[in-house]
Amino acid sequence: MSIELRNISKKFGDFVAVDNINLHIETGELVALLGLSGSGKTTLLRIIAGLETPDTGEVLFHGEDASDVSVRERKVGFVFQHYALFRHMTVFENIAFGMRVIPRRARPAEAVIARRVHELLKLVQLDVFADRYPSQLSGGQRQRVALARTLAVEPKVLLLDEPFGALDAKVRQELRRWLRRLHDEIKITSVFVTHDQEEALELANRIVVMNQGRIEQIGSAEEVYHHPANAFVYNFLGNVNLFHGRIENGRVFLGDTAVELENTHTHAHPETGKAVLYVRPHLLEIVMKPNGKQTFPATVKSINPAGPQVKIELVAEWGDMVQVEIDHERYRALHLEPGANVFLRPKEPKLFVYSI
Amino acid sequence: MAVKANTKRNNVLPGFNLSLGFTLAYLGIVVLIPISTIFFKTFTLTWPQFWAAVASPRTIAAYRLSFGASIAGALVNSVFGFIVAWSLVRYEFPGKSLIDVMVDLPFALPTSVAGITLTAIYASNGWIGRYLAPLGIKVAYAPLGVAVALTFVGLPFVVRTIQPVLEDLDQEYEEAAATLGASRLQTFVLVIAPALIPALLTGFALAFARALGEYGSVVFISGNMPMHTEVVPLLIMSKLEQFDYAGATAIAVVMLTVSFVILFGINVLQRWSSRRLAA
Repeated sequence: MSIELRNISKKFGDFVAVDNINLHIETGELVALLGLSGSGKTTLLRIIAGLETPDTGEVLFHGEDASDVSVRERKVGFVFQHYALFRHMTVFENIAFGMRVIPRRARPAEAVIARRVHELLKLVQLDVFADRYPSQLSGGQRQRVALARTLAVEPKVLLLDEPFGALDAKVRQELRRWLRRLHDEIKITSVFVTHDQEEALELANRIVVMNQGRIEQIGSAEEVYHHPANAFVYNFLGNVNLFHGRIENGRVFLGDTAVELENTHTHAHPETGKAVLYVRPHLLEIVMKPNGKQTFPATVKSINPAGPQVKIELVAEWGDMVQVEIDHERYRALHLEPGANVFLRPKEPKLFVYSI
Repeated sequence: MAVKANTKRNNVLPGFNLSLGFTLAYLGIVVLIPISTIFFKTFTLTWPQFWAAVASPRTIAAYRLSFGASIAGALVNSVFGFIVAWSLVRYEFPGKSLIDVMVDLPFALPTSVAGITLTAIYASNGWIGRYLAPLGIKVAYAPLGVAVALTFVGLPFVVRTIQPVLEDLDQEYEEAAATLGASRLQTFVLVIAPALIPALLTGFALAFARALGEYGSVVFISGNMPMHTEVVPLLIMSKLEQFDYAGATAIAVVMLTVSFVILFGINVLQRWSSRRLAA
């Protein structure tokens, strides 16, 4: 079922949580609402679910206005960050809940319910835990039970509010892959909220980057990562070094050094003005000798060789801290020590210009 | 070589022995010693004397009224105290903090004041009593009046035990139930009520225990007619006034034992239901 949001706004007192949002979600899509806390992403999700009423605008399911449809009639599955499993019920009873509250006339027989619960338990790989209470399960298991409970009522739309937010890194990755596979299998229209850009990039067909109640960019992982619409999106998706500089006659100056902009995906910018240059840590090259206008001097501060890449912290000539990531091979070839004076060459800087 | 188990638990805060010793000494001085004297005094009676004191028709009528009215009051409080707690936790309304304070009034008010006030209101010529009298409902100087007084003194116990639990009960559970298709009634019965049962049982037990021992307010509203509106604490008092100390303590022993058994039972039930909720 497709979802359409038209001119949705929501205020809490003076705080504008959601500011005139328009969004179309196709049937079967897996969409991420990505943003910092307070960006309005959870409020937007709750508005879709009917748990929150928008001040203006409407939500359409499959082209039909759902404004007057109550939560229980929306056929929307909602998964909460902290699971919201019923603590006094076993895993089995939790999953059966949605079927048992169906009015008696339409309610499936107890045997049918039991069969369906066991199917779902298999789907979430928890068949042996049917008689456990939620308190006897780990966080990852609880979230899978919550998901099974939601799927039991065969929702048309699946909404997940920071579903992996309360889990530790290892479990989070596992569940992420598992959810991806599950979605490929059952193809249910899904929207999930996250503040974790990695999670959004890995899971979603499309990513909606939100900031202060507005949408900054909508696009595939590829689009938002490699073609960010603005400084916020680039800054938010991944680590980034930020250099303040000036543009004069089309040339960028960082501190006293003029960096020649070569091979850059710059956005249209004026000939002269203040500029912010963004460079990802792995897109800075360390060289021992200066190379004309394309490099600038820096001093190595610290080196962290743990992990797939070596993380090096440097101080640029004009005082800014710079993060650089290089591979181990290059690191060994360079013989770097803290205190070494080197030169940095931005490979693919992105330039965003402040309007002053 | 067998490894000797480390039986002594190392806690962050030391002083287990000290605190246990203090607890026992304190309980001994404040609770156990006074209560034991009741038993010692009762032991001065012979069995027939004891039986005559605790099983006379007048005493049995008093037991019936005391336990009956206490249970009735605690039940009424469980229902309405729950509603009060619910309103205080879930809704914002003008004068909320004032009502919150009012709940504690029965704690603070001298019970005799409560008794006099209730009697004045519910007497057949009182504010409320005058409208009930034509309907044939007699509150003051009747068993119903005792139940009213005991309801009054027990209310804060139920409200104050449910309130914090309700505050902790995340609204997410209700939202989850709603998205799964449950109606409001189903959500309440299947999701909210089970989570509140341990607190409700505790509140009930406290209100009940408080009501059993209540003397001050009942004296005024009941009229103290033997066989009819005389509660056990009052009967004990009148025995004392007649210098029948052993007779008074004999009844006290029965009350104490029965109360202990009831409270213990509720406690077990409460533990059993809360164990399932342990997160």
